[in-house]
Parts: sequence; C-alpha cells; structure tokens
Amino acid sequence: MKRFALAGNPNCGKTTLFNSLTGSTAHVGNWPGVTVEKRSGTYKKLEEHVSIIDLPGIYSLSPYTNEEVISRNYILDEHPDCVINIIDATNLERNLYLTTQLLEINVPLIVALNMMDVLDKNGDRVDVNALEKKLGVPVVAISALKEDNLDELMKRAYEASKSPREGKTIITNKDVLHLIKDVQIAFKGKGVEDPLFHAIKLVENDELEVSNHKDLLPMVEDFKKTFSDDTFGDDFEAIIADSRYHYISDNYASVMKRAETPEQKDVVVKTSKSDKIDKVLTHRVFGLIILAVILFFVFHLTFSEDLFYIGAIRGAAGLEEWAPSFEGSIYEGLFWTGGGINSPGVILFNFFDMSFSAITDSLSGVMSANLGEELAWLTGFVCDGVLSGLFAILGFLPQILVLFLFFSIMEDTGYMARVAFILDRIFRKFGLSGRAFIPMIMGFGCSVPAMINTRTLADDKERTATIRVIPFFSCGAKLPILVAIAGGMVMHFGFPHPDLIVYGMYVLGVIVALACVLLMRNTTLKGDAAPFIMELPEYHWPQFRSLMIHLWDKAKHFVKKAFTIILASTIVIWFLSNFGWNWMYIGEMEGSILESLGQFIQPIFTPLGFGAQLSVAGWVFAVAAITGLIAKENVIATFSVLAAVFVSGFEGTAEGVEEAVIMIANTGITWQGCISFIAFNMFTIPCFAAVASAKAELPKGQFKWTLLFWVVASYLASASIYSLLNLFPTNKIDSETGLIISPYYDGQLAWAIPVSVSIIAICVLSVFAIKWWNARKAKEAN
Amino acid sequence: MLKKLVEFKIGETGLIKKVEGEGRLRRRLFDMGVTPGAKVYLRKKAPLGDPLEVTIRGYELTLRKSEAELVVLEVEDAK
Repeated sequence: MKRFALAGNPNCGKTTLFNSLTGSTAHVGNWPGVTVEKRSGTYKKLEEHVSIIDLPGIYSLSPYTNEEVISRNYILDEHPDCVINIIDATNLERNLYLTTQLLEINVPLIVALNMMDVLDKNGDRVDVNALEKKLGVPVVAISALKEDNLDELMKRAYEASKSPREGKTIITNKDVLHLIKDVQIAFKGKGVEDPLFHAIKLVENDELEVSNHKDLLPMVEDFKKTFSDDTFGDDFEAIIADSRYHYISDNYASVMKRAETPEQKDVVVKTSKSDKIDKVLTHRVFGLIILAVILFFVFHLTFSEDLFYIGAIRGAAGLEEWAPSFEGSIYEGLFWTGGGINSPGVILFNFFDMSFSAITDSLSGVMSANLGEELAWLTGFVCDGVLSGLFAILGFLPQILVLFLFFSIMEDTGYMARVAFILDRIFRKFGLSGRAFIPMIMGFGCSVPAMINTRTLADDKERTATIRVIPFFSCGAKLPILVAIAGGMVMHFGFPHPDLIVYGMYVLGVIVALACVLLMRNTTLKGDAAPFIMELPEYHWPQFRSLMIHLWDKAKHFVKKAFTIILASTIVIWFLSNFGWNWMYIGEMEGSILESLGQFIQPIFTPLGFGAQLSVAGWVFAVAAITGLIAKENVIATFSVLAAVFVSGFEGTAEGVEEAVIMIANTGITWQGCISFIAFNMFTIPCFAAVASAKAELPKGQFKWTLLFWVVASYLASASIYSLLNLFPTNKIDSETGLIISPYYDGQLAWAIPVSVSIIAICVLSVFAIKWWNARKAKEAN
Repeated sequence: MLKKLVEFKIGETGLIKKVEGEGRLRRRLFDMGVTPGAKVYLRKKAPLGDPLEVTIRGYELTLRKSEAELVVLEVEDAK
C-alpha cells in the first residue's frame, strides 16, 4: 500500500484534512520510541487504497521540538511515496518556509493550498498556476473544512507518487551554493541518501547533522573562514534562513492578490474579528478574571451536583417546596442531588453508575439463585471482582470525556494559546512555561487526560516535572477520601468545619506540587525555562466533527486500558481479599491473605501515624492505601467492606462518613494520623490508569524515577505533616465524664519533634548535596 | 534609530536588523520568521507585562521579553 504523509505548520488545517480523507478509518498509535502520537488512516477513493500518515505540525525541519525530529526522521528514513504539504493560504509567507525545506528532500511533493474558502471570503486571491510554476511541484487549492477539491488533490498526489523527484534548493547565493554542492558530493560519496538536504543542514550548523557527520565539518569550517557576507559575516544559519524568506517574499508577493488597496497592503495592523475578541480575552485587567470564570464554569458543568447553585439559592430563599416532583422517582438520583440540579457531567456519571449497578445487581441475583453454595465464590468473583472494579473505572469515563470536550473546545478556538500567553509570567517563576498550566488544572478532574495534554510542552524536562506533580492536583476520585475522612473526623473528634479540612488539603496539594516542581527544576531536572516563542492562531469556531473524532480516540484509549491492566489488577486484589492462606474462599477480608499482608507492611506507616501505634485492626489503613493504588475509589470501598466486620449488620452509606467513624473508633487513629492518611493517598503513586498514562507519556528512562519520586514524596510529606501536627495534640473530652474519648497515644510528642526535625534536615541536606554535586560536575565539564 | 524589541512601546513598528543569541533559541526565532528584513509590529503585552505579542509576516507571534532582548530593529516613524 502506498503511503502519503501529511506535513505542514501547526494549525494549518492538517488534522481536518486528515479526518476528511480517512473518515472513520483513523487509528491512533504510539510512535516508536518517542511519546508523540502518530495517526494513520486509509484513503479509499483511488484505484488502490492509500495509507495516510498524519505527521505532527511543524514550522521547520530543524530539530527544535520532538515533533520536528519525528517529522524529519519519518520523511528522511521512511521515504513516503508522496509528501502532501498543507499550506494555510491566508498565511503563505511563513507556511512556505517549510515548503522550501521539503523541496530539498528527494521525495515526491505536492502542495495543498488550504483555507481557500476563507481567502475567498476576504476577497483575496492566490494565483495557483503561477505558484505551481515557481515551486516546480503540483499545487492544488482545497478547503479541508468544506471538503472542496480533495479528490483532485489525491488524484494528483497519486500521479506525483509514480515518479521520483530530485531535491532542489532555492538558495541562490553563488558562494554558498558552491559550498553546498561540494558538501553534497561528499555526502554522495559516503552513500548518504538525500545528500542535498543533509548538505544544506550541515552548512546551516544543524545540531543533528553536526553530530552525525563530524568528519565533514572541517571542510565546511575551512570554507566558512574564506567567506564573508556583507550583512551577516560568516553566520550561515542566518544567511540560509534569510535567503529562504527572501526567496519567498521576492517570488510570492506577485502570487498573492489581496483585496485591499496597495496602500493598505503594507499596513501590518489588521483589525479583524479575531483581534476584537482578543482585545477582550487578553485584556490587561479582565484577562485573568475571564480565565478564572471560564475555568470555574468548565469544572462546574463537569463536577457540580448543584448546577448554577439553584439548590443553594432556593434553600437560602426558603423555597424548598418549589422542588419538582422528581423526588422519590428514579430520576432523583440521576438529575437531582440534595436540592440541586446535577451538571451534565454528573448526570452522565450517574446514568452510567446506575446502569452498571443495575447490571451487577441483577446478575448477582440470578447467579446466587441458580448456583449452589459451593459456587458462591463464582458470584463473588464475577460481581465483586470483575464487574465492580471495571465499572468503577468505566464510570469515570463520561466525566473525563466531558472535561476533555471543554478543553478541546478551548484548544480548537485558539483560546488555549492565549491562556499560556496570559499565565507564562507566573509559571516561569517555577521553571515552567505558561503552557504547563492547562495540564495542571485538568489534574483536578482526572490525571489521565492531564498527562496526555502535557504533549504540548516542548521541553522534555519541563514535561517530566509537570507529569510528576499532576497527581498532586487532587482528582475527582480522591475527593471521596477527603469527604469521608473529614466527615468522620468531624463526628469523632468534634472539629467544627469539614469543608475547611477538604479545602485545606486541596491547597496543600497545590503547594506541595509547586514546591516539588521548583525543587526538581533546580536539581534533577535542571534547566532554564524553555523559550516561549509561539504562534497565536486566529480565533475560529470549533468543528464538531473533529471534536467528536478527538473524543472517540480518547474513549477508545481509556476503555482499552480498563479492559487490560485494570481488569487484571482488580482480579488480583479480589483474590487476595477473599481467599485465605489455605487457598480457600472465605468471602471476606478478615483472615484473608490481604489482611496478613496488610499486617506485615503496617509498621512501615508508623512514622506516618497509621502504622504500629494503632490497635489490632490498624492494618485496614495500610490495606486501604494499597488498594488505592488500583483506583482511589477503593480506599473508601475498603473501609466499607471492613466496617461490616467491626459492626455486624452495618450497611454502607453513600458518602462513607459512617465507615470512617467506625474505622477511627476501632483502630484508635489520631486526628493527626487521619490527616496524614489523606495526604499519603493524595501524594503517593496514583491509580493504575494514571500510572499507565505516565509510563506512556514520560520520556524514556524517567518512569522508574517518577515512581520513586511519588513514593518518597508521599512518605516524606505525610511523615512531616504527621510530625508537625503532633506538636498540637488535641483530644475530645467527654463533657459529662471528663474522660478522653478519642485514644491518645502517649509519647507522641516526645518522638514527633526529633522525627520532624530530622526529616526536614534530610530534605534540606539532600537539596544542598545535589546542588553541590551539580556545581562540581559543571566545574569538571569546564 | 536602532532599538531592541524589548524597548518598543505598544503600537510601534520596526524592521529587523539583527537577531542576536545563539543555538536553538536563535534557530527557533529564524524558523518562526524573525529574520533580518522582517517587519514587526508590537501589538500588546500580556496582562502581567511579560510575554509580548507581535505581528510579523502576517501572523501573531508571542515571545518573552528575554527573547525580545535579542532582536534589534530599526524603528519606523509613526505614520
């Protein structure tokens, strides 16, 4: 099958063209070795089927970003049968810069002049025939959005792919050309493919080329000594970039016919609709406020159980009786929570949740009715092991997709680039660029899409740092842990404000995340903030079709993961928690393998406040934390299962508060231990889905360090929090009897101080040690 | 009059004379069309004053002050 590669600037309509050409045949796969996605699909309207490869959007073939390296290597190493260069006709000048480089490669090339419909609307014209003559390769005017002329494009690409094309350069400076020809001959002698392209890149001082062909460098350097340009001296990088742009502006001014009068043509200041929108959205004062409001609504529409606070307002106004009569019907759980209307995200979540539990319930009913006592384990296996784990994960899919939809719309309209523009100043202080903000804020919803989103970061180190701290932005699945334990603490210890604990933990997460980024960017992931040189695309309406394809890709990815890694792990956990060491099914956690494993690892958590100092049943916290590694929902689910062991006949509650109270009362954990337990779950290795995403997204070799980082960060953070909180021991005293109700572990204070001091000392010392090591290494290098 | 891009006021236009700096950063500026001879118009600054937004070669480009420091231009007289 012939392979046609799509190459072009970011935002030139490449993805739209790809979707139009391939329809629903597109599939997403990881590019070998590099963590940027390649997409390929099939075009079926020619005499033979053609595979279409969508290369990442690039401005140039120099190795500046991962995307550029990928596109360059694909074209050079794989030599597709034809390269389709998509050009945004509304911005010929910059788009043709890439074309001048593609021309140098020995591969059939065809130019697709996109966005002709927009051009027509503006009254501008491009002389396609003249352009074709000047470039010497076929040029086809298309509109990817309106699907105009696509068949013609493919027909001519197919024609072009039949005969090879010799690379050619547009550089005209005789002396430079002479050098290029000499180097080209040397490359040919070495048997290198595409000698012209490599020769020009070597003359340009291209990083990759220089390190790959050191032997030819002296020849180039010798020549450069004899050469001096009037304006640039011997700065060949500048000479070649300049000659490309000169060639473009000399030749293509005549091709482009603007509607404006000649006087206006020269004026760079345009006041289009896009500019007017931009004036408001990046306003000096309102820009930040508008961003905050938009983000609030995105999260509100995805996660809120009280849409637009109607329930709260109604309650405040004393109008409860106005509630519609959904109450008591099946719609209540779906559309209503408390007195408020659910947001679209929550409605979808509830819908899936209800359908899933209906399936599980009916299945378990049928199975337990028909299977004998000996086969009770089978019911447990199917319903508690396989289905409940799977559904717990799949249940999050709708909310993740809704969140993703909003962020895709922001991306598609061009607003996301402005967000980076607005926030860059703040983020640079932490060694990140403004673009890191989006993945971080998405982390509050779910770490998985957030980690995928880090692909927009150009710098590998910046990306690694961002991925590592994303789980600290407490996600939707961690919220139940916060709510349940904070509620339990209120009931047991008598704290007045559960919401304060919850908000406090969110803030703590953000602070720890930023502190970790700052630390990493100064130590292990050292480096200046990557340059921030970015195009701000024009605003346009999002396209429904591409949004849907985008979402479908994400959904497929997620479901695939749920059915592989997550399914396997839930089965293992189910087995461990339902079977004893005699390998017999016992159907409960007490006496299970998991219990003894929990008891075994329990002492590890002593410095964190939920280890050996707890009573016999204290292992539940250790087990809950471990099951949380599969999915954070498991933490409270584990409480629920074990609460039934402590209090016979106990039935689970929706928010898990009762369960938390039972756990606190029966294990004797202190309030400091509770906070530390929440913190541990927030900072430790995230759920399986997030770990799998991190593995896929992190640069090579960083995954194991990232796991270690999570373990160390959570352990140190929780231990410090626990030790520091122990400086203020408080106990609830029963007013009638004057006895301490909540258990108090004597001697806490005595060891809390040395432990916290030594932990902090170790942290500080290690930072200094690393800094010293870096300085020494830098010295050696000099 | 020669002036660095970072010293421009909003609304000023100029012709690029020289791009300083080195390595990948400079290469990137070239690739994005920031080359001698190009016309630059400073559109605006971000709300916190740092990244700048310029119009160059018919499109909108944002870059930081530290990068604008490297671009030297000949200021054009206001029309």
